[in-house]
Amino acid sequence: MSRFIQVSGACALALLGAPPVAAASDAELAEIQAQIQQLKQSYEARIEALDRRLQEAEARSAKAPAPPPAASPAATPAAVSAGNSAFNPAIYAVLQGAYINQSKDPDKYAIAGFVPSGDIGPGKRGFSIAESELGFSANVDHKFFGNLILALTPDNNVEVEEAYGVFTALPGGVTPKFGRFLSSVGYLNDQHQHAWDFYDAPLVYQAFFGGQFRNDGLQVKWLAPTDTYLQFGAEVGDGSSFPGSERSSGRNGIGGGALHAHVGGDIDVSNSWRAGLSWLTLRPNERTHTEIDRNGNPAQLEFSGRSQVAIADFVWKYAPNGNARETLFKLQGEYFWRKERGDLRYDSDGALGLTNTARNTSRQNGFYVQGVYQFMPEWRVGARYDSLDPGRVDYGGNADYLGASSFNPKRYSLMFDYTPSEFSRFRIQYQQSKLQPDFTDNILFVQYILTLGAHGAHSY
Amino acid sequence: MKRHFRSFLLGLVLTLLAMPVLAALNIFASVPEWGALAEELGGDQVKVYAATNALQDPHHVEAKPSLIARARSADLVIATGAELEVGWLPLLLRQAGNPRVQPGQPGYLEATAFVSMLEKPLRLDRADGDVHPAGNPHIQLDPHNIARVAAPLAARLADLDPANAAYYQARHKAFAERWSTAIAQWEKRASSLRGTAIVVHHNAFAYLNAWLGLQQVAALEPKPGIEPTTQHLSAVLALLQRQPARMVVRAAYQSDRASRWIAERAKIPPVVLPFTVGGDDSAKDLFGLFDDTIQRLQKGGQ
Repeated sequence: MSRFIQVSGACALALLGAPPVAAASDAELAEIQAQIQQLKQSYEARIEALDRRLQEAEARSAKAPAPPPAASPAATPAAVSAGNSAFNPAIYAVLQGAYINQSKDPDKYAIAGFVPSGDIGPGKRGFSIAESELGFSANVDHKFFGNLILALTPDNNVEVEEAYGVFTALPGGVTPKFGRFLSSVGYLNDQHQHAWDFYDAPLVYQAFFGGQFRNDGLQVKWLAPTDTYLQFGAEVGDGSSFPGSERSSGRNGIGGGALHAHVGGDIDVSNSWRAGLSWLTLRPNERTHTEIDRNGNPAQLEFSGRSQVAIADFVWKYAPNGNARETLFKLQGEYFWRKERGDLRYDSDGALGLTNTARNTSRQNGFYVQGVYQFMPEWRVGARYDSLDPGRVDYGGNADYLGASSFNPKRYSLMFDYTPSEFSRFRIQYQQSKLQPDFTDNILFVQYILTLGAHGAHSY
Repeated sequence: MKRHFRSFLLGLVLTLLAMPVLAALNIFASVPEWGALAEELGGDQVKVYAATNALQDPHHVEAKPSLIARARSADLVIATGAELEVGWLPLLLRQAGNPRVQPGQPGYLEATAFVSMLEKPLRLDRADGDVHPAGNPHIQLDPHNIARVAAPLAARLADLDPANAAYYQARHKAFAERWSTAIAQWEKRASSLRGTAIVVHHNAFAYLNAWLGLQQVAALEPKPGIEPTTQHLSAVLALLQRQPARMVVRAAYQSDRASRWIAERAKIPPVVLPFTVGGDDSAKDLFGLFDDTIQRLQKGGQ
């Protein structure tokens, strides 16, 4: 019936469109007939398609309440949205903020005996938001996977945290990654801040890496075809991340490189572990910082030479029967060694009129160990101990101006957090940090982490 | 130091190359039921590794080093799909460096692609808990679904290992026959359960309910994947006064706290179902899983 109306309507329209000439020529008539035929065919095809869809929909809704017979492998294909937006990458945002109470002025924050590595203090007193993170990831095509992670800083800047491509088509367990990425040295280095078990990074990360070590360059990882996890990685990059420094743009070549090896496995169904060794070498060039010299004057220092960091890391996790949803205990620790050798230019800006360049060597180390216990679903407690050894620092010809520290910076942290779902976490952390002689800072953090958008996955 | 490292690497590569090539297909199953099915169909031509056991919550699995190492050497990854493993499997596959088992490749198979999904949400909002856009992913407790997955899985094994195609087809034929006989027996045995009202811990039994005609009155989780709260449990208890249930059902991997709380107050038995292969001593294989599930439901319903 409806088909009749549509077809006759189409005919009428076609006739109206024809010129109102009584004696139309044969050619015109043939043309009109051809047009009508065409319209009829196209309408019939469309109506048939609609009928088919209607039947399918009816069949589906009739089938829905009762499970279909076993014989038909009836798959209900997921609705695929059309258009360009169907290929949008997975997007997530992390919102973070804190209330921080510090007994000492955050502007006086420093780690005695260690070259300041950047913006590493516990942050602003009172209420503040921490970095918000925006992430986009998707397969680029049949050969590449791409990932972009932006940090929106509380002072309204945008920073590129990570922006890398992964070549996914190589067989044999080889995974090359290129762009800007968090280096895979150590255990915690390639995990994002919102995945950490404490508000702040371990002291060794703050002192030796200024937080985390990033590379703009290339990484190749190889996973051995063994039942025991055995992974080797090598990285080359611009080496501008601390303890490296921005190289002058006139230089070709590689600014730094890293090697790492990790091994891991299961002891039994409840216990799993991973351990690794990493080595990092960088060529800081004119890396500057300001230090109070022997005379009590703030002097600008400039270091050019070679900086090497070695890391030993381990993590052990215990979950009864492997059921990490209920109970999970995680013990992790990392040991850092750093050796620097090069030229140190004292009073490099000439402000004191004492500019002097001399050989400088230093060997420093430190470690942290932490345990986090999820005693029931959603609730965790944790403790962390940080310690740094100022080691041996030889100022050579600058020894008249600069003195080495013999103070051992230490920090004790306790945390308690609540995780209502995989997408939200609230944390209270109390810490006592003794990073300078006669300077004990008691800090209370109250923190939230909210994740919205695509379902993230946390690495081991 | 560097030279030592290099010779160590070289030695390692040579050792690995010298290792005998294994003929069997390496199969990585995200959950035990697909591992068991692959063993039924693949016999001694497959080497199956189940990434999780029945006492683990399949939503919350750590991307452990051991799992990454196994995914590296897998010829076929069998996942449930429908975002059941979204929190760990994509990460695992990205770290494994094995292009053969990535989604879209012949070496990757999702079971939910072959069954009709139940409980597809009408709205997608994380305020509704751990919702799965494609529908409830716990498809394995309807034996018809196992049969639906068996056919394409056997075909996939034949694709990946054409030399043994006839072997897989023969095993599938034999399995399908034994399975449909078993289904008929289970359905006969379980006919008394039709209409039985139950309370569940997690909304993980939708397909079992649909198959056996169980009536789910309530779930102990206030929202899917959210831990039971006292407030919600009290509401469930109040509901049970008006709409009594015969038992409170949970999977072997779930904590017994909430169901014990309800069981004591509503005076109904708590029933632990194996949920998947290996969930208890009787559920040693797929046949044992359903034998035991029905037996436990019947015992609970008495």
